[in-house]
Amino acid sequence: MKRIDLHLLGPLVALVGLFILGALLNPAFLAPANLSNVLARSAFIGLIAVGMTFVITQGGLDLSVGSMAAFLAGIAIMAMNALAPITGENWGTILIGMGVALAGGLLAGFANGALVTKARIEPFIVTLGTMGIFRSLVTWLADGGTLSLDSGLRALYRPVYFGGIGWITWPIIVFAIVAVLGEWTMRHTRFGRHVEAIGSNDRVARYSAVDVERVRLKTYVLLGALVGLATILYVPRLGSASGSTGVLWELEAIAAVIIGGTALKGGRGRVWGTVVGVLILSLIDNILNLADLVSPYLNGAIQGVIIVLAVVLQREKRSAE
Amino acid sequence: MERRNLLKLPLAAAALSLAAGVALAQEAEKKVIGVSIPSATHGFMGGLNWHAQDTIERLGKVYPNLEFVLATAGDAAKQVSDIEDMLATRNIDGLVVLPFESEPLTDPVKQVKAAGKFVTVVDRGLSEEGIEDLYVAGDNTAFGRVAGEYFRDNLKAGGKIVVLRGIPTTLDNERVEAFQAALGGSDKEILDMQHGNWNRDDAFKVMQDYLAKYPQIDAVWAADDDMAVGVLEAIAQAGREDEMVVVGGAGMKDIVKRIMDKDPQLPVNVTYPPALISSAIEMTALRFVSNAPMAGRYIIGSQLITPENAEQFYFPDSPF
Repeated sequence: MKRIDLHLLGPLVALVGLFILGALLNPAFLAPANLSNVLARSAFIGLIAVGMTFVITQGGLDLSVGSMAAFLAGIAIMAMNALAPITGENWGTILIGMGVALAGGLLAGFANGALVTKARIEPFIVTLGTMGIFRSLVTWLADGGTLSLDSGLRALYRPVYFGGIGWITWPIIVFAIVAVLGEWTMRHTRFGRHVEAIGSNDRVARYSAVDVERVRLKTYVLLGALVGLATILYVPRLGSASGSTGVLWELEAIAAVIIGGTALKGGRGRVWGTVVGVLILSLIDNILNLADLVSPYLNGAIQGVIIVLAVVLQREKRSAE
Repeated sequence: MERRNLLKLPLAAAALSLAAGVALAQEAEKKVIGVSIPSATHGFMGGLNWHAQDTIERLGKVYPNLEFVLATAGDAAKQVSDIEDMLATRNIDGLVVLPFESEPLTDPVKQVKAAGKFVTVVDRGLSEEGIEDLYVAGDNTAFGRVAGEYFRDNLKAGGKIVVLRGIPTTLDNERVEAFQAALGGSDKEILDMQHGNWNRDDAFKVMQDYLAKYPQIDAVWAADDDMAVGVLEAIAQAGREDEMVVVGGAGMKDIVKRIMDKDPQLPVNVTYPPALISSAIEMTALRFVSNAPMAGRYIIGSQLITPENAEQFYFPDSPF
């Protein structure tokens, strides 16, 4: 029993370790402004990673999320810019833009899910394809440049990223709510149990009268919606989208999910672990910037080592069980 | 049917008069110029693509005996295939190439030269010397030096500077070394240099961390206007707009506009014009339509954009 506890707490221990390291290296690390920055930055990858946890747990994968976020940001900005002269620079216009991002996310997720479940194509291939499609579309829409939100709307929309309750900004609040709901859904709802059952053995799940394809499709739609939500929080930050928006987000999200203890082959999902994984990744970045530990050329290597180490430690503990 | 003929009539007349006017040029042999550039993956390349298309369209009208073949590539391998196709199937007489990477493109471009074609290399040199007839490039050393000299001469004594570097490349190294050299021996201090990868989001994060780490920052060298946008947002979030100036680079239209409007946060900018592709295409075209000698190296200097001269660097139609 005790061993299992340790294994479960592995990522958490790593997170606490990083906190202590950060505080020792630079006192500015624990300043509320810095912690608020790190948490708010984590929110985009965090929301996506929570959705990704469900997709990976049922045995799927989605490589298109980074490109999808860029594409959704692009169409949301274009929709708001197009509507501004008609509906005016007000919250109504912004709400429509948010709606476009969310609806686009649902549709894109549905497209991914339908190709996987109805057309029965490997998720890796489907989402590799849609990854290229979304990325090209946003580059094409932006004419190779950058799509920028109308400055009046921008000023109005800006507080959605930067505002909040004191240091707790809106992205942090949204991320926290989604994380709690995600954990609850995975643990305490029929949908969550079905997702885990399909990931462990989809044939057994099918014989147990679980509508496997439907549940799979739902996980992709859920992920799409969360990408849409992440986009809603991303657009007010810089008010722009381009071909280089959201590059490699998919891999960061997948890495966070795996660091958190969800099995890449499916069957065991741990949303709170994913949240810890996201925070670990953001903190490494932040600490490397705050402390001049190594040449900036090596930042990527440090991150790589920590990701691999986190997973290796879990493997060893598991085999020791 | 009738309608179509009616439409054709004035067109035919126009074509006739045009044909008369350019009969001389038409008699000259038709020449094909291939243009191979990386695709528009970030702001600067987007601008470069726009200028390439714009120039080709304009030159096609001015010189009817010139034909252009434009190919954009997302990676070095695709660009090699593009160039092989141009040589094999489009029978090009000249090639304008901005190599995606120096090493893998060196040999294919050498083949084009060996086939007796005129070769213009743009911005990134090949790894072997003496292949190209004409070399057109921006001046990375000057790009870093001009920014460094501005800080050296205009910052208050003891001023503290943070630097955002680009994607780790020789190009970025040249810029940063020249920047450091220009500041060398002065009383200005470089606090930190991290990679923002010429990306808005990365630059935003790095700047947030700089702001958390250093209580006093007097100037930011963002070295690229995409990064400058991220930097400005991070500074605004921290409410420290009045403490520091930001110098970007490459002359993005929004930034140039703000310099024109005398924004105190953005005093100057350093050019590294994406329109350098236009110079290259234009000079290659001249090689085929005039007797002007077009060979050697043409280095486009990096200039300081100030509120006084900003207007001449402002291209509202460009996507960059």
